[in-house]
Amino acid sequence: MVAVSANQVAERDAPFQLRGNSFTMMVLKVLDPASPNFFPALAGKVRQAPNFFRHAPIVLDFDELPAHAPEVDVAAFVDKVREQYLLPVGFQGGPAPVQEQALALGLVPMPTGRATKLELARPVDSSGQPVAPPPEPVFRPAMMVTEPVRSGQQIYAAGTDLIIAAPVSHGAEVLADGNIHVYGALRGRALAGLAGDNNARIFCQSLEAEVVSIAGLYRVSEDLDQSVLKKAVQIRLNDGFLHIEPL
Amino acid sequence: MGKIIVMTSGKGGVGKTTSSAAFATGLALRGFKTVVIDFDVGLRNLDLVMGCERRVVFDFINVINGEAKLNQALVKDKRVDNLYILPTSQTRDKDALTKEGVERILNELSKEFDYIVCDSPAGIERGALMALYFADHAVIVTNPEVSSVRDSDRILGVLNSKSRRAEKGLEPVTQQLLLTRYDPERVERGEMLKVDDVLEILAIPLLGVIPESQAVLRASNIGMPVILDENSNAGQAYLDAVGRFLGEEVEHRFTSAQKKGLFSRLLRRTA
Repeated sequence: MVAVSANQVAERDAPFQLRGNSFTMMVLKVLDPASPNFFPALAGKVRQAPNFFRHAPIVLDFDELPAHAPEVDVAAFVDKVREQYLLPVGFQGGPAPVQEQALALGLVPMPTGRATKLELARPVDSSGQPVAPPPEPVFRPAMMVTEPVRSGQQIYAAGTDLIIAAPVSHGAEVLADGNIHVYGALRGRALAGLAGDNNARIFCQSLEAEVVSIAGLYRVSEDLDQSVLKKAVQIRLNDGFLHIEPL
Repeated sequence: MGKIIVMTSGKGGVGKTTSSAAFATGLALRGFKTVVIDFDVGLRNLDLVMGCERRVVFDFINVINGEAKLNQALVKDKRVDNLYILPTSQTRDKDALTKEGVERILNELSKEFDYIVCDSPAGIERGALMALYFADHAVIVTNPEVSSVRDSDRILGVLNSKSRRAEKGLEPVTQQLLLTRYDPERVERGEMLKVDDVLEILAIPLLGVIPESQAVLRASNIGMPVILDENSNAGQAYLDAVGRFLGEEVEHRFTSAQKKGLFSRLLRRTA
Protein backbone atom coordinates (compact mmCIF):
# COMPACT_ATOMS: atom_id res chain seq x y z
CA MET A 1 0.00 0.00 0.00
CA VAL A 2 1.33 3.40 -0.94
CA ALA A 3 1.11 6.15 1.60
CA VAL A 4 -0.59 9.23 0.32
CA SER A 5 -0.24 12.50 2.13
CA ALA A 6 -3.35 14.43 3.05
CA ASN A 7 -2.19 17.23 0.77
CA GLN A 8 -2.11 15.01 -2.27
CA VAL A 9 -5.58 13.70 -1.57
CA ALA A 10 -6.84 17.24 -1.27
CA GLU A 11 -5.33 18.18 -4.58
CA ARG A 12 -6.58 15.18 -6.44
CA ASP A 13 -10.23 14.94 -5.54
CA ALA A 14 -11.08 17.27 -2.70
CA PRO A 15 -14.79 17.17 -1.92
CA PHE A 16 -14.60 20.81 -0.80
CA GLN A 17 -12.50 23.94 -0.86
CA LEU A 18 -12.02 26.26 2.06
CA ARG A 19 -11.74 29.91 1.20
CA GLY A 20 -12.02 33.25 2.87
CA ASN A 21 -14.62 35.74 1.72
CA SER A 22 -16.13 38.88 3.13
CA PHE A 23 -19.79 39.84 3.06
CA THR A 24 -21.60 43.03 3.74
CA MET A 25 -24.35 42.54 6.28
CA MET A 26 -26.83 44.82 7.90
CA VAL A 27 -26.59 45.45 11.61
CA LEU A 28 -29.81 45.83 13.60
CA LYS A 29 -28.96 48.05 16.52
CA VAL A 30 -31.31 46.97 19.29
CA LEU A 31 -32.00 49.99 21.43
CA ASP A 32 -35.27 49.16 23.14
CA PRO A 33 -36.53 45.64 22.40
CA ALA A 34 -39.33 46.01 24.93
CA SER A 35 -40.89 48.93 23.10
CA PRO A 36 -44.33 48.10 21.73
CA ASN A 37 -43.32 50.05 18.60
CA PHE A 38 -40.27 47.93 17.89
CA PHE A 39 -41.78 45.33 15.58
CA PRO A 40 -44.42 47.49 13.90
CA ALA A 41 -41.62 49.95 13.04
CA LEU A 42 -39.38 47.14 11.79
CA ALA A 43 -42.22 45.75 9.65
CA GLY A 44 -42.75 49.22 8.20
CA LYS A 45 -39.10 49.48 7.27
CA VAL A 46 -39.16 46.08 5.58
CA ARG A 47 -42.30 46.98 3.64
CA GLN A 48 -40.50 49.93 2.03
CA ALA A 49 -38.15 47.62 0.15
CA PRO A 50 -39.41 44.06 0.53
CA ASN A 51 -37.07 42.62 -2.11
CA PHE A 52 -34.06 44.20 -0.51
CA PHE A 53 -34.82 42.94 3.00
CA ARG A 54 -36.28 39.54 2.17
CA HIS A 55 -34.06 36.83 3.67
CA ALA A 56 -31.30 39.35 4.31
CA PRO A 57 -28.74 38.14 6.86
CA ILE A 58 -28.47 40.54 9.78
CA VAL A 59 -26.32 40.97 12.85
CA LEU A 60 -28.05 41.94 16.10
CA ASP A 61 -26.15 44.65 17.94
CA PHE A 62 -26.91 44.53 21.69
CA ASP A 63 -24.15 46.96 22.58
CA GLU A 64 -26.51 49.78 23.41
CA LEU A 65 -29.12 47.82 25.33
CA PRO A 66 -30.09 49.96 28.31
CA ALA A 67 -28.49 48.60 31.47
CA HIS A 68 -31.73 48.88 33.44
CA ALA A 69 -33.77 47.09 30.78
CA PRO A 70 -35.56 43.95 31.89
CA GLU A 71 -33.82 40.81 30.79
CA VAL A 72 -34.37 40.13 27.11
CA ASP A 73 -35.71 36.80 25.92
CA VAL A 74 -33.37 36.49 22.95
CA ALA A 75 -35.04 33.38 21.50
CA ALA A 76 -38.46 35.05 21.37
CA PHE A 77 -36.88 38.22 20.00
CA VAL A 78 -35.09 36.33 17.20
CA ASP A 79 -38.31 34.51 16.29
CA LYS A 80 -40.13 37.80 15.90
CA VAL A 81 -37.32 39.19 13.74
CA ARG A 82 -37.58 36.08 11.57
CA GLU A 83 -41.28 36.79 11.11
CA GLN A 84 -40.16 39.83 9.08
CA TYR A 85 -38.22 37.45 6.79
CA LEU A 86 -34.93 38.76 8.17
CA LEU A 87 -32.37 36.11 9.08
CA PRO A 88 -30.34 36.88 12.24
CA VAL A 89 -26.97 35.18 11.81
CA GLY A 90 -24.81 36.82 14.43
CA PHE A 91 -24.69 39.24 17.34
CA GLN A 92 -22.46 41.92 18.77
CA GLY A 93 -21.93 43.12 22.32
CA GLY A 94 -24.55 43.12 25.06
CA PRO A 95 -24.59 42.01 28.70
CA ALA A 96 -23.31 38.52 29.50
CA PRO A 97 -26.73 36.82 29.97
CA VAL A 98 -27.87 38.12 26.57
CA GLN A 99 -24.66 36.91 24.93
CA GLU A 100 -25.08 33.47 26.46
CA GLN A 101 -28.61 33.16 25.16
CA ALA A 102 -27.51 34.29 21.69
CA LEU A 103 -24.68 31.76 21.61
CA ALA A 104 -27.07 29.01 22.71
CA LEU A 105 -29.29 29.91 19.75
CA GLY A 106 -26.37 29.33 17.38
CA LEU A 107 -25.81 33.01 16.59
CA VAL A 108 -22.23 33.83 15.72
CA PRO A 109 -20.42 36.32 17.98
CA MET A 110 -19.13 39.05 15.66
CA PRO A 111 -16.23 41.32 16.57
CA THR A 112 -17.57 44.72 17.47
CA GLY A 113 -16.89 47.10 14.62
CA ARG A 114 -14.43 49.84 15.30
CA ALA A 115 -14.23 53.20 13.66
CA THR A 116 -11.42 53.11 11.14
CA LYS A 117 -8.42 55.12 12.14
CA LEU A 118 -8.22 58.35 10.24
CA GLU A 119 -4.49 58.19 9.72
CA LEU A 120 -3.43 55.04 7.97
CA ALA A 121 0.03 53.76 8.65
CA ARG A 122 2.28 54.72 5.79
CA PRO A 123 3.44 51.65 3.91
CA VAL A 124 7.06 50.79 4.48
CA ASP A 125 9.20 49.09 1.89
CA SER A 126 11.73 46.33 2.58
CA SER A 127 14.60 48.77 3.18
CA GLY A 128 12.63 50.36 5.99
CA GLN A 129 12.16 53.66 4.15
CA PRO A 130 8.65 55.02 3.85
CA VAL A 131 7.27 54.61 0.35
CA ALA A 132 6.67 57.83 -1.53
CA PRO A 133 3.05 58.99 -1.29
CA PRO A 134 0.95 58.24 -4.38
CA PRO A 135 1.17 60.96 -7.03
CA GLU A 136 -1.48 63.67 -7.02
CA PRO A 137 -4.34 62.67 -9.33
CA VAL A 138 -4.13 64.35 -12.70
CA PHE A 139 -7.19 66.39 -13.72
CA ARG A 140 -9.34 64.38 -16.08
CA PRO A 141 -12.12 66.38 -17.66
CA ALA A 142 -15.58 64.88 -17.39
CA MET A 143 -17.08 63.15 -20.39
CA MET A 144 -19.82 65.32 -21.87
CA VAL A 145 -22.79 63.94 -23.79
CA THR A 146 -25.35 66.29 -25.30
CA GLU A 147 -27.43 63.89 -27.41
CA PRO A 148 -30.11 61.61 -25.93
CA VAL A 149 -28.67 58.24 -24.95
CA ARG A 150 -30.87 55.78 -26.81
CA SER A 151 -32.03 52.28 -25.96
CA GLY A 152 -29.21 49.81 -26.59
CA GLN A 153 -26.45 52.43 -26.35
CA GLN A 154 -23.77 52.15 -23.72
CA ILE A 155 -21.59 55.05 -22.62
CA TYR A 156 -18.67 54.59 -20.25
CA ALA A 157 -16.67 57.46 -18.78
CA ALA A 158 -13.45 55.69 -17.81
CA GLY A 159 -11.61 57.27 -14.91
CA THR A 160 -13.81 60.35 -14.81
CA ASP A 161 -17.31 61.82 -14.41
CA LEU A 162 -20.09 61.51 -16.94
CA ILE A 163 -22.31 64.50 -17.68
CA ILE A 164 -25.34 63.95 -19.89
CA ALA A 165 -27.29 67.02 -20.93
CA ALA A 166 -30.14 64.95 -22.40
CA PRO A 167 -32.40 62.09 -21.37
CA VAL A 168 -31.19 58.50 -20.94
CA SER A 169 -33.71 56.09 -22.49
CA HIS A 170 -35.02 52.77 -21.26
CA GLY A 171 -32.56 50.08 -22.24
CA ALA A 172 -29.60 52.47 -22.36
CA GLU A 173 -26.65 52.05 -20.01
CA VAL A 174 -24.47 54.88 -18.66
CA LEU A 175 -21.36 53.99 -16.69
CA ALA A 176 -18.67 56.06 -14.99
CA ASP A 177 -15.78 55.51 -12.64
CA GLY A 178 -16.76 58.86 -11.15
CA ASN A 179 -20.11 60.63 -10.73
CA ILE A 180 -22.97 60.56 -13.20
CA HIS A 181 -25.04 63.67 -13.87
CA VAL A 182 -28.13 63.44 -16.02
CA TYR A 183 -29.79 66.74 -16.91
CA GLY A 184 -32.95 65.04 -18.12
CA ALA A 185 -34.90 61.93 -17.28
CA LEU A 186 -32.87 58.88 -16.25
CA ARG A 187 -34.83 55.92 -17.57
CA GLY A 188 -32.08 53.42 -18.31
CA ARG A 189 -29.35 51.97 -16.12
CA ALA A 190 -26.81 54.18 -14.37
CA LEU A 191 -23.73 52.70 -12.70
CA ALA A 192 -21.44 55.18 -10.96
CA GLY A 193 -18.20 54.44 -9.11
CA LEU A 194 -17.70 51.48 -11.40
CA ALA A 195 -14.10 51.01 -10.28
CA GLY A 196 -15.20 50.91 -6.66
CA ASP A 197 -15.32 54.57 -5.60
CA ASN A 198 -17.76 54.68 -2.67
CA ASN A 199 -17.92 58.47 -2.88
CA ALA A 200 -19.34 58.52 -6.40
CA ARG A 201 -22.86 59.85 -6.75
CA ILE A 202 -25.63 59.88 -9.32
CA PHE A 203 -27.66 63.01 -9.98
CA CYS A 204 -30.67 63.21 -12.25
CA GLN A 205 -33.63 65.47 -12.93
CA SER A 206 -36.20 62.71 -13.04
CA LEU A 207 -35.54 59.31 -11.53
CA GLU A 208 -37.22 56.62 -13.65
CA ALA A 209 -34.20 54.32 -13.82
CA GLU A 210 -34.24 50.59 -14.39
CA VAL A 211 -31.18 50.13 -12.20
CA VAL A 212 -28.98 52.51 -10.23
CA SER A 213 -25.70 51.41 -8.72
CA ILE A 214 -22.81 52.96 -6.86
CA ALA A 215 -19.61 50.97 -6.41
CA GLY A 216 -21.49 47.76 -7.08
CA LEU A 217 -24.38 48.35 -4.69
CA TYR A 218 -27.49 48.49 -6.78
CA ARG A 219 -31.19 49.00 -6.58
CA VAL A 220 -33.69 47.99 -9.27
CA SER A 221 -36.65 50.12 -10.24
CA GLU A 222 -39.08 47.82 -8.47
CA ASP A 223 -37.42 48.71 -5.18
CA LEU A 224 -37.40 52.46 -5.73
CA ASP A 225 -39.61 54.31 -3.30
CA GLN A 226 -42.69 55.98 -4.79
CA SER A 227 -41.71 59.23 -3.11
CA VAL A 228 -38.59 59.62 -5.27
CA LEU A 229 -39.97 58.35 -8.59
CA LYS A 230 -39.88 60.99 -11.33
CA LYS A 231 -38.22 63.39 -8.89
CA ALA A 232 -34.91 65.21 -9.13
CA VAL A 233 -32.64 63.26 -6.81
CA GLN A 234 -29.12 62.49 -5.84
CA ILE A 235 -28.05 58.96 -5.02
CA ARG A 236 -25.11 58.30 -2.76
CA LEU A 237 -23.60 55.58 -0.68
CA ASN A 238 -23.55 55.94 3.09
CA ASP A 239 -22.84 53.22 5.67
CA GLY A 240 -23.07 50.62 2.95
CA PHE A 241 -26.56 51.71 1.86
CA LEU A 242 -27.78 53.52 -1.20
CA HIS A 243 -29.45 56.74 -0.18
CA ILE A 244 -31.81 58.41 -2.61
CA GLU A 245 -32.52 61.99 -1.65
CA PRO A 246 -34.66 64.61 -3.37
CA LEU A 247 -32.64 67.56 -4.61
CA MET B 1 -28.99 65.31 -56.09
CA GLY B 2 -31.97 63.42 -54.75
CA LYS B 3 -32.66 63.21 -51.03
CA ILE B 4 -32.78 59.79 -49.41
CA ILE B 5 -35.54 59.22 -46.83
CA VAL B 6 -35.72 56.07 -44.75
CA MET B 7 -38.98 54.88 -43.17
CA THR B 8 -37.89 52.86 -40.19
CA SER B 9 -39.14 51.70 -36.80
CA GLY B 10 -37.28 48.73 -35.37
CA LYS B 11 -40.55 47.01 -34.58
CA GLY B 12 -42.60 45.21 -37.21
CA GLY B 13 -46.22 45.84 -38.10
CA VAL B 14 -46.32 49.49 -37.13
CA GLY B 15 -46.99 50.82 -40.63
CA LYS B 16 -43.63 51.35 -42.36
CA THR B 17 -44.77 50.05 -45.73
CA THR B 18 -48.14 51.83 -45.56
CA SER B 19 -46.34 55.04 -44.64
CA SER B 20 -43.64 54.58 -47.30
CA ALA B 21 -46.29 54.12 -49.99
CA ALA B 22 -48.35 57.07 -48.75
CA PHE B 23 -45.36 59.35 -48.29
CA ALA B 24 -43.80 58.62 -51.65
CA THR B 25 -47.16 59.12 -53.35
CA GLY B 26 -47.65 62.38 -51.46
CA LEU B 27 -44.27 63.71 -52.60
CA ALA B 28 -45.06 62.73 -56.18
CA LEU B 29 -48.44 64.46 -55.94
CA ARG B 30 -46.54 67.63 -55.05
CA GLY B 31 -44.64 67.31 -58.31
CA PHE B 32 -41.41 65.76 -57.03
CA LYS B 33 -40.00 62.88 -58.99
CA THR B 34 -40.04 60.12 -56.40
CA VAL B 35 -39.06 56.47 -56.17
CA VAL B 36 -39.92 54.11 -53.32
CA ILE B 37 -37.66 51.11 -52.72
CA ASP B 38 -38.60 47.92 -50.88
CA PHE B 39 -35.68 46.82 -48.66
CA ASP B 40 -37.64 43.94 -47.13
CA VAL B 41 -35.93 41.26 -49.21
CA GLY B 42 -37.76 37.94 -48.95
CA LEU B 43 -40.93 39.51 -47.51
CA ARG B 44 -41.92 41.66 -50.42
CA ASN B 45 -45.05 43.74 -49.68
CA LEU B 46 -44.59 47.22 -51.05
CA ASP B 47 -45.65 46.19 -54.57
CA LEU B 48 -48.94 44.89 -53.12
CA VAL B 49 -49.64 48.07 -51.19
CA MET B 50 -48.81 50.10 -54.31
CA GLY B 51 -50.93 47.79 -56.47
CA CYS B 52 -48.21 47.02 -59.01
CA GLU B 53 -47.47 43.40 -58.10
CA ARG B 54 -48.59 42.09 -61.47
CA ARG B 55 -46.14 44.26 -63.36
CA VAL B 56 -42.93 43.22 -61.57
CA VAL B 57 -40.41 41.54 -63.87
CA PHE B 58 -37.02 42.45 -62.45
CA ASP B 59 -36.28 43.65 -58.94
CA PHE B 60 -33.83 45.54 -56.70
CA ILE B 61 -31.66 42.45 -56.15
CA ASN B 62 -31.46 41.73 -59.89
CA VAL B 63 -30.11 45.24 -60.35
CA ILE B 64 -27.62 44.88 -57.47
CA ASN B 65 -26.35 41.64 -59.03
CA GLY B 66 -26.12 43.22 -62.48
CA GLU B 67 -28.75 40.89 -63.88
CA ALA B 68 -30.96 43.74 -65.00
CA LYS B 69 -30.72 47.47 -65.70
CA LEU B 70 -32.25 49.90 -63.22
CA ASN B 71 -34.77 51.11 -65.79
CA GLN B 72 -35.94 47.55 -66.35
CA ALA B 73 -36.69 47.09 -62.67
CA LEU B 74 -38.37 50.44 -61.98
CA VAL B 75 -42.16 50.18 -62.15
CA LYS B 76 -44.02 53.36 -63.05
CA ASP B 77 -47.14 54.07 -61.03
CA LYS B 78 -50.31 54.19 -63.11
CA ARG B 79 -52.18 56.73 -61.00
CA VAL B 80 -49.59 59.36 -60.11
CA ASP B 81 -47.06 60.93 -62.43
CA ASN B 82 -43.47 61.14 -61.23
CA LEU B 83 -43.92 58.07 -59.01
CA TYR B 84 -41.87 54.89 -59.41
CA ILE B 85 -41.57 51.70 -57.40
CA LEU B 86 -38.45 49.56 -57.09
CA PRO B 87 -39.75 46.22 -55.80
CA THR B 88 -37.57 43.68 -54.09
CA SER B 89 -37.01 39.95 -54.45
CA GLN B 90 -39.29 37.48 -52.70
CA THR B 91 -36.93 34.54 -53.20
CA ARG B 92 -33.66 35.95 -51.86
CA ASP B 93 -32.70 37.06 -48.37
CA LYS B 94 -31.19 40.15 -46.77
CA ASP B 95 -27.61 38.99 -47.48
CA ALA B 96 -28.24 39.91 -51.11
CA LEU B 97 -28.07 43.56 -50.02
CA THR B 98 -24.42 44.57 -50.33
CA LYS B 99 -23.30 47.99 -49.23
CA GLU B 100 -21.55 48.62 -52.56
CA GLY B 101 -24.56 47.42 -54.55
CA VAL B 102 -27.04 49.55 -52.59
CA GLU B 103 -24.77 52.58 -52.82
CA ARG B 104 -24.35 52.22 -56.59
CA ILE B 105 -28.10 52.07 -57.15
CA LEU B 106 -28.89 54.92 -54.77
CA ASN B 107 -26.27 57.05 -56.53
CA GLU B 108 -27.79 56.26 -59.89
CA LEU B 109 -31.32 57.01 -58.64
CA SER B 110 -30.34 60.26 -56.97
CA LYS B 111 -29.21 61.66 -60.31
CA GLU B 112 -32.69 61.22 -61.69
CA PHE B 113 -35.05 61.52 -58.73
CA ASP B 114 -35.82 64.29 -56.21
CA TYR B 115 -36.72 61.89 -53.42
CA ILE B 116 -35.79 58.28 -52.78
CA VAL B 117 -37.97 56.67 -50.10
CA CYS B 118 -36.47 53.53 -48.55
CA ASP B 119 -39.02 51.18 -46.97
CA SER B 120 -37.05 49.45 -44.22
CA PRO B 121 -37.74 45.96 -42.93
CA ALA B 122 -38.26 45.46 -39.18
CA GLY B 123 -35.33 44.66 -36.93
CA ILE B 124 -31.85 46.11 -36.62
CA GLU B 125 -30.11 43.59 -38.83
CA ARG B 126 -28.70 43.79 -42.32
CA GLY B 127 -31.90 44.76 -44.15
CA ALA B 128 -32.73 47.60 -41.77
CA LEU B 129 -29.09 48.74 -41.61
CA MET B 130 -28.82 48.89 -45.39
CA ALA B 131 -32.10 50.80 -45.65
CA LEU B 132 -30.95 53.49 -43.23
CA TYR B 133 -27.22 53.57 -43.96
CA PHE B 134 -27.30 56.11 -46.79
CA ALA B 135 -30.26 58.15 -45.50
CA ASP B 136 -30.35 61.95 -45.30
CA HIS B 137 -33.69 61.99 -43.48
CA ALA B 138 -35.27 59.39 -41.24
CA VAL B 139 -38.98 59.11 -40.55
CA ILE B 140 -39.46 57.04 -37.42
CA VAL B 141 -42.76 55.19 -37.62
CA THR B 142 -44.07 54.46 -34.14
CA ASN B 143 -47.29 53.18 -32.60
CA PRO B 144 -48.48 54.68 -29.31
CA GLU B 145 -47.44 51.70 -27.18
CA VAL B 146 -44.35 51.04 -25.09
CA SER B 147 -42.63 48.29 -27.05
CA SER B 148 -42.88 50.24 -30.31
CA VAL B 149 -41.55 53.37 -28.61
CA ARG B 150 -38.62 51.50 -27.13
CA ASP B 151 -37.72 49.92 -30.48
CA SER B 152 -37.92 53.33 -32.13
CA ASP B 153 -35.55 54.64 -29.50
CA ARG B 154 -33.19 51.81 -30.34
CA ILE B 155 -33.32 52.56 -34.06
CA LEU B 156 -32.60 56.24 -33.34
CA GLY B 157 -29.46 55.09 -31.55
CA VAL B 158 -28.51 52.99 -34.57
CA LEU B 159 -29.05 56.00 -36.87
CA ASN B 160 -26.79 58.07 -34.66
CA SER B 161 -24.00 55.52 -34.67
CA LYS B 162 -24.18 53.30 -37.74
CA SER B 163 -25.46 55.46 -40.59
CA ARG B 164 -23.09 56.75 -43.25
CA ARG B 165 -23.48 60.29 -41.95
CA ALA B 166 -22.55 59.16 -38.43
CA GLU B 167 -19.58 57.09 -39.59
CA LYS B 168 -18.19 59.87 -41.79
CA GLY B 169 -18.83 62.54 -39.18
CA LEU B 170 -21.16 64.47 -41.51
CA GLU B 171 -24.20 66.44 -40.44
CA PRO B 172 -26.46 63.91 -38.67
CA VAL B 173 -29.48 62.29 -40.30
CA THR B 174 -32.53 64.46 -39.59
CA GLN B 175 -35.10 62.53 -37.56
CA GLN B 176 -38.85 63.03 -37.39
CA LEU B 177 -41.59 61.06 -35.72
CA LEU B 178 -44.64 59.70 -37.51
CA LEU B 179 -47.05 58.38 -34.90
CA THR B 180 -49.36 55.88 -36.59
CA ARG B 181 -52.49 53.96 -35.58
CA TYR B 182 -53.34 56.68 -33.07
CA ASP B 183 -56.76 56.24 -31.52
CA PRO B 184 -57.68 59.35 -29.50
CA GLU B 185 -60.58 57.59 -27.79
CA ARG B 186 -58.35 54.80 -26.54
CA VAL B 187 -55.80 57.39 -25.46
CA GLU B 188 -58.51 59.11 -23.42
CA ARG B 189 -59.33 55.79 -21.78
CA GLY B 190 -55.66 55.41 -20.90
CA GLU B 191 -55.18 52.39 -23.15
CA MET B 192 -52.64 54.08 -25.42
CA LEU B 193 -49.76 56.45 -24.90
CA LYS B 194 -50.46 60.13 -25.54
CA VAL B 195 -48.61 62.03 -28.27
CA ASP B 196 -46.79 63.98 -25.57
CA ASP B 197 -45.72 60.81 -23.74
CA VAL B 198 -44.10 59.47 -26.90
CA LEU B 199 -42.47 62.80 -27.73
CA GLU B 200 -41.07 63.06 -24.22
CA ILE B 201 -39.35 59.70 -24.53
CA LEU B 202 -38.11 59.96 -28.11
CA ALA B 203 -37.29 63.68 -28.03
CA ILE B 204 -37.52 64.23 -31.80
CA PRO B 205 -39.80 66.57 -33.78
CA LEU B 206 -43.30 65.36 -34.64
CA LEU B 207 -43.93 64.99 -38.37
CA GLY B 208 -47.47 63.79 -38.04
CA VAL B 209 -50.09 61.73 -36.25
CA ILE B 210 -51.94 59.22 -38.40
CA PRO B 211 -55.23 58.19 -36.80
CA GLU B 212 -56.26 54.55 -36.62
CA SER B 213 -58.55 54.16 -39.62
CA GLN B 214 -60.45 51.47 -41.48
CA ALA B 215 -59.36 53.21 -44.65
CA VAL B 216 -55.77 51.97 -44.24
CA LEU B 217 -56.62 48.28 -44.46
CA ARG B 218 -59.18 48.94 -47.19
CA ALA B 219 -56.60 50.80 -49.24
CA SER B 220 -53.93 48.12 -48.72
CA ASN B 221 -56.29 45.40 -49.86
CA ILE B 222 -57.04 47.12 -53.13
CA GLY B 223 -53.43 48.11 -53.65
CA MET B 224 -53.90 51.85 -53.34
CA PRO B 225 -51.79 54.12 -51.13
CA VAL B 226 -54.17 55.46 -48.47
CA ILE B 227 -53.08 59.04 -49.15
CA LEU B 228 -55.12 58.85 -52.37
CA ASP B 229 -58.26 58.31 -50.25
CA GLU B 230 -58.68 62.00 -49.54
CA ASN B 231 -61.96 61.46 -47.72
CA SER B 232 -60.31 59.41 -45.01
CA ASN B 233 -58.73 60.87 -41.87
CA ALA B 234 -55.63 58.77 -42.45
CA GLY B 235 -55.26 60.02 -46.02
CA GLN B 236 -55.60 63.65 -44.92
CA ALA B 237 -53.16 63.11 -42.08
CA TYR B 238 -50.56 61.77 -44.53
CA LEU B 239 -51.12 64.77 -46.82
CA ASP B 240 -50.52 67.05 -43.82
CA ALA B 241 -47.36 65.14 -42.89
CA VAL B 242 -45.96 65.47 -46.40
CA GLY B 243 -46.64 69.22 -46.23
CA ARG B 244 -44.78 69.46 -42.93
CA PHE B 245 -41.91 67.44 -44.36
CA LEU B 246 -41.63 70.02 -47.11
CA GLY B 247 -41.40 72.75 -44.48
CA GLU B 248 -45.00 73.97 -44.42
CA GLU B 249 -46.71 74.95 -41.19
CA VAL B 250 -49.68 72.62 -40.86
CA GLU B 251 -51.63 72.30 -37.64
CA HIS B 252 -51.88 68.78 -36.17
CA ARG B 253 -55.30 67.16 -36.53
CA PHE B 254 -56.94 63.93 -35.36
CA THR B 255 -55.15 63.96 -32.01
CA SER B 256 -58.21 64.40 -29.80
CA ALA B 257 -61.44 62.44 -29.59
CA GLN B 258 -64.37 63.95 -31.49
CA LYS B 259 -67.45 64.82 -29.50
CA LYS B 260 -70.30 63.07 -31.26
CA GLY B 261 -72.76 65.98 -30.85
CA LEU B 262 -75.22 67.08 -33.51
CA PHE B 263 -73.50 70.44 -33.76
CA SER B 264 -70.05 69.02 -34.49
CA ARG B 265 -71.52 66.52 -36.92
CA LEU B 266 -73.14 69.35 -38.88
CA LEU B 267 -69.93 71.31 -38.74
CA ARG B 268 -67.89 68.43 -40.04
CA ARG B 269 -70.19 67.89 -42.98
CA THR B 270 -69.82 71.47 -44.09
CA ALA B 271 -66.11 71.65 -43.36
